[in-house]
Amino acid sequence: MSSILFFIAAIGVIAGAIGVVTFSNPFYSVLALVGHLLSLAVLFLLLRAEFVAAAQVVVYAGAVMVLYVFVVAYVGDEEQSLDGVLSRRPRARGADGRKLSGALFAGVLLVELLIALLGSGLKAVSGDGAPYAPGPRTFGTPAYIGNLLLTRFLLVFEASSLLLLIAAVGGVVLARRRRGLEDDEERDRLTPLDILRPRGTGTMVEGVEGLALAHARGAGDLGDEQPGPDGGGW
Amino acid sequence: MSIGWYLAVSGIVFCTGAFGVMTRRNPLVVLLCLELMLNGANLSLIAFSRMWGNGDGQILALIVMTVAACEVCIGLGMIVAIHRRRLPIDVDELRELQG
Repeated sequence: MSSILFFIAAIGVIAGAIGVVTFSNPFYSVLALVGHLLSLAVLFLLLRAEFVAAAQVVVYAGAVMVLYVFVVAYVGDEEQSLDGVLSRRPRARGADGRKLSGALFAGVLLVELLIALLGSGLKAVSGDGAPYAPGPRTFGTPAYIGNLLLTRFLLVFEASSLLLLIAAVGGVVLARRRRGLEDDEERDRLTPLDILRPRGTGTMVEGVEGLALAHARGAGDLGDEQPGPDGGGW
Repeated sequence: MSIGWYLAVSGIVFCTGAFGVMTRRNPLVVLLCLELMLNGANLSLIAFSRMWGNGDGQILALIVMTVAACEVCIGLGMIVAIHRRRLPIDVDELRELQG
């Protein structure tokens, strides 16, 4: 039973990984990674790591993937148009060589890893693992993990919480809204009126045509419609 | 199942992620492939933890998940900042970030 479940979950894990690498649309890559993470949680359960499997599903496949989906949806449109532009551009000269060398490197790495992992001569690698007895506080349960985290690995726990704080602050600083180029232009166009006009008074255009129309005209033709400061427009 | 099977799966996932990191050009997908590599390492950590009946590997896997979450936070923040400045979202075009 457990071997059948292992093979199903392992096929899911590997198929999800290959899907992440091969899909051209980043949104499908994110969805493939969600499938990969869920299958990986099944493997964790088979390895008696119940708490890590639950954290994997809740934190990774839940929260982090939602963040990814948000960013893909935010960046996505330009991304696809950019892909179109790039694929029309003659750029194929380096792509094939890069793929070939990447595949070669990954294959060599895989062979080396398998030799190192499976040919290590450790007898326990071909065994089923340490003896395991189910119970409320046994290996892998939340009580066991919490006990380890708060006694033996307390310093690691605190350091990781500090790391999360730094990452949150860094994310906010990196992604906050700065004044971009187009904002500067708008500000420059509006400057003479905004500086010279007393606070709280309107312009002649607003008085004649109504506020909504003046706003609908937008900043583009303000120079034509608005009399200058000398003309007594305000 | 013997532990060796889990280790083989973890090696395959790690190498798939490494292949993606080297060949894809979209930084979002590069981040996803980095997640794949971290997950492969996590699987082997938990397999070894099961092999010895010792919980330290599971703690290390949890810490790796924390670090991965931080990396995603910073990476996605950088991608959003790049998008705001109307720069091309392509690791081959973004040469200013290297050293």
